[in-house]
Formats: sequence, structure tokens, C-alpha cells
Amino acid sequence: MLTLASNLGAARSQMAFTLGFHIILASLGVALPAMMLIANYRGLRRDDPDALLLARRWSKAVAVTFAVGAVTGTVLSFEFGLLWPGFTGRFGSVFGVLFAIEGIFFFLEAIFITVYIFGWKYLSPWAHFWAGVPVVITGLGGAFSVVAVNSWMNQPQGFSPTSGAVASVDPWKVIFNPAVPYEVPHMILAAYLVTGFLLAGIYATGMLRGRRDRVHRLGLLIPLTVACIATPIQFAVGDTAARAIAHDQPIKFAGMECVQQTSTHVTEYIFGRCTSNGVEGGIGIPGFDSFLVGWSTSTQVTGLDSVPPDDRPPANTMLHWAFDAMVGICSVLILLGLWLGIGWWRKRDFPQSRWFLRAVAVSGVAAVIALECGWIVTEVGRQPWIVYNVMRTSDAVTQANGIWITFGLIVGLYAALGATLIISLRAMSRRWRQDGREPDDVPYGPESGPIPGTPT
Amino acid sequence: MSEADAVAGVLLVGATMYAVFGGADFGAGLWSLLAGGGDSGRRPRALIDWAIGPVWEANHVWLIFTLVVLWTGFSTAFASIFSTLFIPLSLAALGIVLRGSGFAFQHTARRARGRALAVRFFGLASVLTPFFMGTVVGAIAGERVPVGNETGDLVTSWLNPLSLVLGALFVVTGAYLSAVFLVSEARRAGTPDLERYFVKRALGAALAAGTLAVAGLIVLHRDARFVFDSLEGDALPLVIVSFASGLAVLFLLHRGIRRGARVLAVVAVVAVIWAWGVAQHPYLLPQVLTIDAAAAPGNTLTAVLIVFGIALVVVVPALALLFTLVQRNFVEETERPAYEGRTAGIGPSGG
Repeated sequence: MLTLASNLGAARSQMAFTLGFHIILASLGVALPAMMLIANYRGLRRDDPDALLLARRWSKAVAVTFAVGAVTGTVLSFEFGLLWPGFTGRFGSVFGVLFAIEGIFFFLEAIFITVYIFGWKYLSPWAHFWAGVPVVITGLGGAFSVVAVNSWMNQPQGFSPTSGAVASVDPWKVIFNPAVPYEVPHMILAAYLVTGFLLAGIYATGMLRGRRDRVHRLGLLIPLTVACIATPIQFAVGDTAARAIAHDQPIKFAGMECVQQTSTHVTEYIFGRCTSNGVEGGIGIPGFDSFLVGWSTSTQVTGLDSVPPDDRPPANTMLHWAFDAMVGICSVLILLGLWLGIGWWRKRDFPQSRWFLRAVAVSGVAAVIALECGWIVTEVGRQPWIVYNVMRTSDAVTQANGIWITFGLIVGLYAALGATLIISLRAMSRRWRQDGREPDDVPYGPESGPIPGTPT
Repeated sequence: MSEADAVAGVLLVGATMYAVFGGADFGAGLWSLLAGGGDSGRRPRALIDWAIGPVWEANHVWLIFTLVVLWTGFSTAFASIFSTLFIPLSLAALGIVLRGSGFAFQHTARRARGRALAVRFFGLASVLTPFFMGTVVGAIAGERVPVGNETGDLVTSWLNPLSLVLGALFVVTGAYLSAVFLVSEARRAGTPDLERYFVKRALGAALAAGTLAVAGLIVLHRDARFVFDSLEGDALPLVIVSFASGLAVLFLLHRGIRRGARVLAVVAVVAVIWAWGVAQHPYLLPQVLTIDAAAAPGNTLTAVLIVFGIALVVVVPALALLFTLVQRNFVEETERPAYEGRTAGIGPSGG
């Protein structure tokens, strides 16, 4: 029992770590091509060489992040068998179809991303632009397929019987399960938000260091505008999702909000420590939790006490903090958007103050933290179930020992991978600065010099 | 033919595509490693980078495709394979990470030392990954994967003569395919010296692959009688096709005839994979789990076949477009390796 428990702990740690790593790259993979194409479109339409330069540079970042994201994604598909053979062995025939669809999207994405990235030189400008469009569409399709699987784990349906081996499957009910309408848009918006703020943050940092040329200004403005438009929409979608979860997965919601007893007029706590006697510390707003769930303080909210302790999510305080941090960061980012909007409305330009640039510079990191928090909420909140109310995570885990070893190896490998990724992206940007515009200023047509970094 | 057989066929198509395209990529990694450092290794490596740069990402999607079809169509088989063969599959996954990132970073690394390190990772992982995948196939063929969550032996299931020979065969087959492809690529790049360089290596790899194939047959005879007997029976025509094509490639390369070598090399590999598929039929795990017993419910199988149909209609033309653009030099990542005494061509030479 003890070894099994530790096997479960190791498997959950490895899955959490590899997914938490991949989710950042996946977000970039979904949204960075869109930023790149916006810049490309602007460059061609308005004959703007700065925008074209940005599109070209971002396409190189896309190349590297996509390559790394592809391998970390492959690791995840191995982990379906390596870590959770109980889950995939029993339900692979149910959720697998979504991954098969994802396979098509991923295939097309890989193909067109290659044509776009390596086609700068010889394809005609508009043909090249249109080669990039399928990348954005397939990115959305891929995100839909993968997140729909997670939605299905939260709201399983479309198979029978619910105990023992699956005998019949209704793929449509699996694909369009009740959690899809809120979980899928929430993740796609998160990808655009994270990418937009991260990218803008990089250029804001550059501007804080005195590089205030037009390329930097445009590099800040394009992604920041996209992200700032996405943020309030995300807030509304997230709010809808939370209400839906209160209805669909009441115990997850109770864990997120530390609601111990089922009751009405439930206090909303911001942060604080979750104990079996209620929340200690934190800021309490009486009745507000009930109000958020049903627009009235007399709405009944299900508490953790409605199920046996074994069926409650672990690490309650962490879950609660993750939820609050995500909502808090999104709220602050909306304010940043307002700041930008007001500045634009008054001066037709983004605010030039250092404080604004500083805020943008940290917004990217904040958005990544919010992303990870959201993932913690949905995953830890679903525990102890891998398929909500149908299969326990402890029944899904592999019997093979040695996960602590692979987990250790993967942590080391990914740490090196993450560090190398950041170092190479930084080196790339340094190179662009040193080389000036020389190799990049003629995106279409033969390059004036060898591509930096290639053996010559 | 049942619907389950059709999905098993899809699985085999995916595995074949991965073996041919992914295998050739792995082989390229091996040649990149063997090319050595310094000046002598620089040019072959430049050719390898130039040839596989634009296509390697798409090539490796076939692996994901195969895994997904396996777990969707035959969930129990997937769970049994991945739990019992936890060790080689974990190592293969680590190899994929090393390889993918090594390849991605060897172009971004500016300093020579970082680049050399990335090249080394790429090369080593290109050997280890197909090796471990070969051991997995050996474990399955050798009937060492029972049904269930880690019910087989974690170690001896894949650490046995059959698995080891198949692991080596996988590595060498990839190297062989890759060398034959690189001969054509060297021609496309206009570098006759590299053409000769890879002809030599293709011949060497072909002989090694042939030797290992014979060794494999001997071990199969001793260790996996069911598969061996079918190879001698229903699958015999395919085995003969593979053998004949392999010999023909040797002859063509030796005589300096380039036309047809690439196609025949692919035929040789594809035929042997399909021979294996036919030999296993009606089993997914020989003598342990039949295709029908492992198959998912009917609706899922239908859905997989529909998705595969869509993939054929959508992905194949896109792939064809990519390969055409690459072959006509419209799409390239790194500089084409220059031929001594000639300046590197700029601009499309074909289309």
C-alpha cells in the first residue's frame, strides 16, 4: 500500500511537472503564430518593413518553441501509457478519438509551420502569408481537441457501462461534453493572454533599457493589444466556468472556495488558510460566494462535508490560493488594459511612462503564473478522481516501479531544456541587435548574408 | 476483414510511415554523429541538416499518430505494452526529448562548443531511441507482454537476445535508409563528393542490416516460433520482396545507378514491416491478445477509420506539398553545403 501510494505520488508529480512545462510551450504554439501573422499582414498591407522584421523574428522564435513543444508533447503521449495504463487501458477507446482528431491538426500545423518558417526566401509574399494561416487555425483545432479530453475527464459521458470495461461509445457525446463550452475557450484565451503579455513584456524590458526604436514600440503594441482585448473576455469566460463548476463539480468548487458545510449565505474568502473549521485569516466578504454562484446571497453552495473525506480534493489551501491568484492576476491585467486603452484614447499612443513599461514587463510572468494556477485548479480540484466520479487516480496509475527515477531524470532534463530555450532565445535577440537589420531587412528575396548560427 | 482488422491496418500504416521517415531521420542522426568533428565532419553534417531540417518535425508526427491509434483502437494492448515495457519506453521518450531539443538548438547555439554538444546529443539520442523501440517490438514478438497493468517482467521482457537484435536492426535499418536518401540529397545539392561518401555508407549499412536480419531470423526461430512460422508461411512473399529489393539496391548503388535506389530501399523496409504485421495476424500480441479481443467498441473503430480517411484527404496533399517545396528548394532551413570550387547556388534550381 505504501509503495503504491508513493508510486501514485511520483506519477502525479511527474505528470504535473511535464504538463505544467508543456502548457507554456503549447500556449506559445497556439498564439505566437497569430502574433506573427498579424505583424506579417500589417507589414504587407501597409508596406511596413518594421512589422515584417518582427514577423520574421517571431517566426524564428516560433520555430524553436514549436520544436521543443513537439517533444514535450510527445512525452505526454508516452505518459498516457507509462504513468496511467489503468486510465488509458479502460478509457482510451472513449477519449482517444479526440486525440486522433488532434493528430490531424498537429500534422497540418507541423507541415505549414515548416513551409512558413523556411519559406521566407522563395515564396511570394502573399503566398507565404497564406501558408501561415493554417497554422493559426490548426493551433485552435488542436487546442480544442486536447482540452476537450480534459473537459471529458471533468464531465465524463458518452460511454457505457460506467463500471467495468467500456462496451459502447458515443463519440459525439464524448467530443461535445458539457465542460467543453467553458473549458476550451478558457484555455485558448489563456494561450493568447500568456503569449501576448510575455511577448509585450520582452519588448517593454528592451524599452526600459533604452531601446525605444519603432521596432520595439511595434513589438510591444501588437501583442499587448491582443492580450488586453482577450483579458476581459477571459474574465467573463472564467466567471461562467466557475459557476458551471459549482453546478457540475460541486466538490471541486467547494475545494476552490474552502466551503466546508453546505449552506446558504456563504462567505467569499480571498486567500486565507483552509481548515476543517473554515477559513482562517484571509479577507471575508459575507454572502458573496453564494451571490457569485447564483446571483443571490441565499443560493445554496455545496460543501466538502457532503462527501466522505476520501472523495475530497487534497491540498485545499493550495487549491484555494491557486484559484484566488488566477482571478487576482486576471483582474490586475484588466486594469493594465484599461491603462493602455485610456492612453490610446487620449494620445493615440501607449503610455510612455516607465511605470507602464514596468507593468507590461512583469505582466508576462504574471500571466504564466495565472496559467499554472488555473491548471492546478482544474487538475488538483478534480482529485481524487482521474475521471470525475467514475475512476480514481489511484486505480489508473501504473504498477511499474521506478517512477521516482524517471521523474528525477525528467526534472533534470527539462530544467536543462528550459534553461537552454531561454538562453537561445536571448542569444537570438542579442544577435538581432548586434547584426542590426543586415540579415533581416529583406524578408522576401535572397538574404544578403548567411543565416547567423549556421556552419559556413 | 473486420473493422478491427482495418484499424490494425491503420496502425501498421502509421508504424510503417514512422519507420521509413522517422527511421531515416534517426539514421541521419547516426551519420551526423559518425561524421566526426573538425573539418571532415562539417560538410556531411551540413548536408544532413539541410536535408532533414524542413521535414523532421512532420516525420515525427507519425509516432504520435501510431500511439494514438493504438490506445484508441486497442486500449488494453496499449496499457499492457506501456506498463510492462516501462523502462525501454521511458528511455525512448527521454531520447526523443534529447533528440528534438538537440536538433532545435544546434542551429541556435552560437558558440562552437554549445553547437558541438547539441550535435552530440542529437546523434546519441538518434541511436538510443530506435534501439529501445526495437527492443519493444522484440518483446511483443517474443510473447513477453502479457495483458494487464505491468504483469510482465520489467527487465527480461526487453533485455533478451531477440529484443537486442531487433534493437540493433532498427538502428541499422534507419542508417541504411538514411544513407540511401542522403545520396539523392547530395545529388540535389550538387555535391558529388558527398554522394560518394554516402554511397559507401549505404553499402556498409545495407550489409550490416542484412547480417542482422539473418541473425534476427535465427533468434526468432528459437525464441518466437509463432512469428517465425508465419514468416515462413503467409508472410513469405513479403519477406522475399524485401530481400530482393534490398539486393537490388546494393546492386544499383554498387554500379553507380542512382535511379530507383530510393524507392527500392523504401520497398525493402516496408515489405519487412508488413511481413511482420501479416505474421502476427490475427494477434496484436502474439498468442496473447488477438486484434478482435483487444478492439475498442464499434463506434470508436468507425470513428478512427473516418478520422484516418480525413487524414488521407487532408494530410497527404499537405505532406506532398511540403516534400515538393523542399525537393524544389523553395523551402530550406540552413544553407546548402557548398561544393568545393563552386559557389553555393542561391535560388531555386528546380521548379
